Amino acid sequence: MRKRKIQTKSLLAAGMTTTLALALVACGGNDDDGGGGGEGAGASKTNCANDIKVQDVPVVTYWGWFEDTAQTVDLFNESNDDVQICWTNAGQGADAYTKLSTSLQSNSGAPDIAQIEYDWLNSFLIQGGLVDMTEHGIEEYEDNFTAGAWRDVSSGDGVYAVPVDLGPVGMWYRQDIFDQHGIAVPTTWEEYAAAAQQLSAATGGETLIGNFAPNGQGQHYAFLDQAGATPFDFDNGNPTDISINHNDDASKKVFDYWIDLVDEDLVGTDQAWTPEFSTALGTGKYATAIYPVWYNIHIPALEGADSEAVWRAAPIPQWDGAEARQVNWGGSTLAVTVQADDAALATRVAAELYESQETKELGVEVGGLFLAYPEMIESSYFQDRPYEFYGGQQLNKEIFGQAALDYEGVTFSPFTQFYYDESQRLLSEAIEGNISAEEAADELQASLETYATEQGFTLK
Amino acid sequence: MSASTALETPARPPATPKRGTTLERKTARFGWVFLAPFAVVFLVFLVLPLGYAFWMSLHTNTLAGGEQFAGLANYTRAFTDERFLSGLTRVGGFALVFVPLQIGLALVFALILDDVRTRLSRFTRLMIFAPYAIPGVIGALMWGFLYSPSFGPLVGFFDFLNVQAPDLLSRDSIFWSLTNIVTWQWTGYYMIIIYASLQSIDPSIYEAARIDGATRLQTALQIKIPIVTSSLVLTGVFALIGTLQFFTEPQVLAPLAGNAIDAAYTPNLYAYNLAFSYQQFNYASAISFALGLMVFLASIIFLIATRRKSGLN
Repeated sequence: MRKRKIQTKSLLAAGMTTTLALALVACGGNDDDGGGGGEGAGASKTNCANDIKVQDVPVVTYWGWFEDTAQTVDLFNESNDDVQICWTNAGQGADAYTKLSTSLQSNSGAPDIAQIEYDWLNSFLIQGGLVDMTEHGIEEYEDNFTAGAWRDVSSGDGVYAVPVDLGPVGMWYRQDIFDQHGIAVPTTWEEYAAAAQQLSAATGGETLIGNFAPNGQGQHYAFLDQAGATPFDFDNGNPTDISINHNDDASKKVFDYWIDLVDEDLVGTDQAWTPEFSTALGTGKYATAIYPVWYNIHIPALEGADSEAVWRAAPIPQWDGAEARQVNWGGSTLAVTVQADDAALATRVAAELYESQETKELGVEVGGLFLAYPEMIESSYFQDRPYEFYGGQQLNKEIFGQAALDYEGVTFSPFTQFYYDESQRLLSEAIEGNISAEEAADELQASLETYATEQGFTLK
Repeated sequence: MSASTALETPARPPATPKRGTTLERKTARFGWVFLAPFAVVFLVFLVLPLGYAFWMSLHTNTLAGGEQFAGLANYTRAFTDERFLSGLTRVGGFALVFVPLQIGLALVFALILDDVRTRLSRFTRLMIFAPYAIPGVIGALMWGFLYSPSFGPLVGFFDFLNVQAPDLLSRDSIFWSLTNIVTWQWTGYYMIIIYASLQSIDPSIYEAARIDGATRLQTALQIKIPIVTSSLVLTGVFALIGTLQFFTEPQVLAPLAGNAIDAAYTPNLYAYNLAFSYQQFNYASAISFALGLMVFLASIIFLIATRRKSGLN
């Protein structure tokens, strides 16, 4: 009697187990139909984060995450009576890209205009997701933007986005720490490494010159560009051809330089964008941060920051003191997706969103943007702007304005996420001492080549 | 399929009077009506997406190439893909640690709580179960901060001892850090399942055991454990499936432990990144199905291996 009862129960349990196993297995399979999920959360013309000011005119949908977007969109809608923007904040960076890429994959749900950072444009381009704006007369706006920014949104004969802001790179440094130890602020990478030695010796390793984040890919790409490396050559005129040069002398020079500093314990290896790094920087573990102009709003907000800290900015150290080369890291563009109802209209809206002086000032003051418009960069409004936290330093006049105008542009990978993940993986290996800097570059090269071939590219 | 056979069978005998047949048919029709809401949801949200994903897994769509039928090429690639295989090996390793650890702890807790009945034991039961009530993402985030080499409470403790705190998010320690999170989260849940089946044991058996002179330990080892074996197998399968599909905790910790957790740390994480970071939806589907197959096989093997013990024949 007893035994039978147990058996029935066991059978039930077994049945349940099998069913659940099947159901759970099925759940695993569910991951990949996310394309359908995009529809519910997709761009719509009726569900905006802002109010539509003028009714019964065409509406352009827009995904963006600038700090000033809410106000910029309102201003645009108030001053245009033939078109309105319906804005949604679809997340920032990777979050927004995941949604955008899923919407593009499922052929529905993408906005007309999307904010995309320069380094991601080619990845969306190769998915066939972006409209070539030269078909809608974007050329007439070319002179509005810096040459470097324009190059970054162009591929082959096409132009695939409108630049908004740039991230000219400089060196943020703790003047009080440099003064205290009588160390001069470095202007070349050689001086930077020497200062690293002095600083570490003077503080018993308590204070380091800076940090080399294994996941600092945007920064690393700027370093590579500065050293004269061109890791990727890709052009949408010939989208199946690619050339990859990630283990040439210039690339190895950069990897070597930083991994050497790591090996000698002269720089930290905190992950970027973690509380660890913010705290270390805020509490004086690091004396410099090689970051773009937009980092100026992050430094005053660092966790547990020393109230005595004296932060200033200087130009980025150079390889060759005589021949300065300026680089860029970050900044966003406005691209028109292939799902736009009226691509010509969307192109016009993207090109003109930041055109008025009033909007530009909103971008600068509310968004903290370093706009890619030379007219703005050279204006006295911008040049003479003092930055209180930095002792009233005129950052744009002294450092970043010229850096942005001198920036020449680069070519980014058409598979950014894969490149960034592999780069992080191999640099982590090198930081841990499992492989040398050269091996990291060689393995990265091999891995990128394999991936490109798998993806149907022909290696040039 | 089986539902329709079951419904039609009674209508088969030819001698049934006419009225009865109509009634049967009516019943059958109503059966379908009642089944419909579930069937629709089941078809739309499970069968169709699965079918679509399977269809996708049979095609390739390269960045530079475009979509083409590929047959089983994606599967061949999956089972020769070093990153997928190393992920599988890793979750296999996790399973070897997680399953015995969690089920073992859950069993010990359940036996103790079943045996010791004070007011404190009710509170303890609730506390052991509580982590399961915390959403996985929140739990992982919380542990991420506890592990943090600059804010974690461990840092203060080791500072006090004047020793360098171990980096719990480094490559060497991440395996155990993840093991700790998952064990913390799931042990309570498995404990409740085992405890419930302990509670359903007829007390007269214990009485008999006591009369025969069995100690409490003997009762636990020779009576309680054999009776709850089927629950142990059930929780074992849960733990096994959950482990092979390991995703949430590594995904949440990845930004904090970038040196240790890469994009292919577990097969599920790999499938996710392939689809949503690398736009390889087709290959990601194949990886998901390949993983599903492995989970299915592992569960079957586990069930067969424990068939004797669990009394499931």
